[in-house]
Amino acid sequence: MLSDKDRIFTNLYGIHDWSLKGAQARGDWDGTKAILARGREAIIEEMKASGLRGRGGAGFPTGLKWSFMPKESDGRPAYLVVNADESEPGTCKDRDIIRHDPHKLIEGCLIASFAMGAHAAYIYIRGEFYNEAVVLQAAIDQAYEAGLIGRNACGSGWDFDCYVHRGAGAYICGEETALLESLEGKKGMPRLKPPFPAGVGLYGCPTTVNNVESIAVAPTILRRGASWFSAIGRPKNAGPKVFCISGHVNKPCNVEEELGIPLRELIEKHAGGVRGGWDNLLAVIPGGASVPLLPKSICDDVLMDFDSLREVRSGLGTAAVMVMDKSTDVIRAIARLSQFYKHESCGQCTPCREGTGWMMRVMNRMVQGRAELSEIDTLEQVTKQVEGHTICALGDAAAWPIQGLIRHFRPVMEERIAAYKAAHAAPAVPAMAAE
Amino acid sequence: MSTAPSMTASTMTEPTEFAFDAESDALIAKVLARYPESRKASGTIPLLDIAQRQMKRTTGSAWVPRVAMDVIANRLEIAPIRVYEVATFYLMFNTKPVGTWHLQVCTTTPCWLRGSDEVTAACRKFTGIKGWGETSEDGQFTMTEVECVGACVNAPVLQVNDDFYEDLDAERTVALLEALQRGAPPPAGSTTGRQTSAPEGGPMTLLELPVPPGSGE
Repeated sequence: MLSDKDRIFTNLYGIHDWSLKGAQARGDWDGTKAILARGREAIIEEMKASGLRGRGGAGFPTGLKWSFMPKESDGRPAYLVVNADESEPGTCKDRDIIRHDPHKLIEGCLIASFAMGAHAAYIYIRGEFYNEAVVLQAAIDQAYEAGLIGRNACGSGWDFDCYVHRGAGAYICGEETALLESLEGKKGMPRLKPPFPAGVGLYGCPTTVNNVESIAVAPTILRRGASWFSAIGRPKNAGPKVFCISGHVNKPCNVEEELGIPLRELIEKHAGGVRGGWDNLLAVIPGGASVPLLPKSICDDVLMDFDSLREVRSGLGTAAVMVMDKSTDVIRAIARLSQFYKHESCGQCTPCREGTGWMMRVMNRMVQGRAELSEIDTLEQVTKQVEGHTICALGDAAAWPIQGLIRHFRPVMEERIAAYKAAHAAPAVPAMAAE
Repeated sequence: MSTAPSMTASTMTEPTEFAFDAESDALIAKVLARYPESRKASGTIPLLDIAQRQMKRTTGSAWVPRVAMDVIANRLEIAPIRVYEVATFYLMFNTKPVGTWHLQVCTTTPCWLRGSDEVTAACRKFTGIKGWGETSEDGQFTMTEVECVGACVNAPVLQVNDDFYEDLDAERTVALLEALQRGAPPPAGSTTGRQTSAPEGGPMTLLELPVPPGSGE
């Protein structure tokens, strides 16, 4: 178990003062000028050496991402954009960072912006986090007033501005290029890549989009050293990480733990165990709504990191652990996610716009069992036709939970269909997949 | 709390004109200073939000009438359709009037696992509202089904206007609605007195006073 001295988010629960004074007492903004004095290259090298992988879901190495920014400006400004559009069902970690440890994020913005040659950062925060945005803005105002950001930030000679931009309720804006569109004042519809944001991003300028947690851990990594960070966790899956444990546990909570902690230990040590005991566990969605669920047999010994979860055909995603006990109608749990993706599809790509609605309607029939057995295969086939055929990953995200359900709980779906047929003795409606 | 609107959400109609007031204008100046001069369109979402808040302040109902969208387009020097399409794309903009208390019930899987059905049923029973998006007859409440609001370890969650009420059950939902009806919203956050996202009963980590990183390692 991670010890308190290795926890980065020391005010995760908001027990202490979030303001500048409190943050400084916890070690934030300590020697920031000296960190910047190391220079761009050294900062990026240290971040690469730490092994930090992006905390927003994809797990792309953060230092490497920073290194993609142009070394010399061609006259265009560069931007850091922080993705605080936290909307992945199950996930509520960035909210805690923003409302309880905002200075870690702001200091991280300064350091990351400096490392990528940007003089401005936009923090795109989901609109529903109104109270959180108020705290964040107040923290930014404090940092300006103290000379930590603004002209000659921290006395480093680097000018840096930090802005908050509130969204207005659209999951898709968590996709980095949709976020940029939204920040430019448009509908959040993802852009084709390439060009990648590092070349053509916000306002057509070089831009890097990073998750809140990825940016907020950077100052601590640079203060304590890459070797401290990389020694925590497992090889290629380094560092502590904030986990969100929700659903059927005795004590749902957020907690910072090391990557690679066994799922069972995470749930039992921190969340008071599964309701009714471990043997009452049905399934866990280990990384936010987009990743396939895992049945108990896999949960028994799986480790919580990027590579271990990929090996069992799921993913760490945002490390949002949703626990379902045996009382759960697992088909309905996944059908509700299908409704989510149908609601949140931006409508730009046909396979996703039409597919998410189709999958939702069929899933809703599967909940009742009002379907033919053969439709399970049809459904799976359609998920494969959506997956990989859209501009952004929302189509994939809509497909994976259903694929996971079919992979691990097909017998439950078959039983449901049989039960419906038995209850409706008259011949069932002819198989019509799309209603 | 602003005074009760003379018209309820259900009877309010599209106004014929809209102008930003001084309070909104001051906010707009701050907002537009964040973006490059030639990129004023970035102000679309913020200005829609400012307009919706002004409507709340002046009429008691948080929504954006079409005339306000036209004013925003004019202010940002963009085509009105650019504002309309944004206003209708994002869920948080209400294009028709809502009640004094906008009950945004999260029913996505993490909240559903923890009993959002109970919260929904309690809201329906108390307000008499049958369908999503409808407003109660007295204009006090509008119920909207929302997708994950991002407070899943405190599920189920009910967002009322700007505030999250967390760790709800049927009983506490009713108590909340009664308070709202009296015009006395309780403090936002957990309704069980839990410390934010810490486990029930208090934190089991971060028990030692935080040591500044880098000092004495």
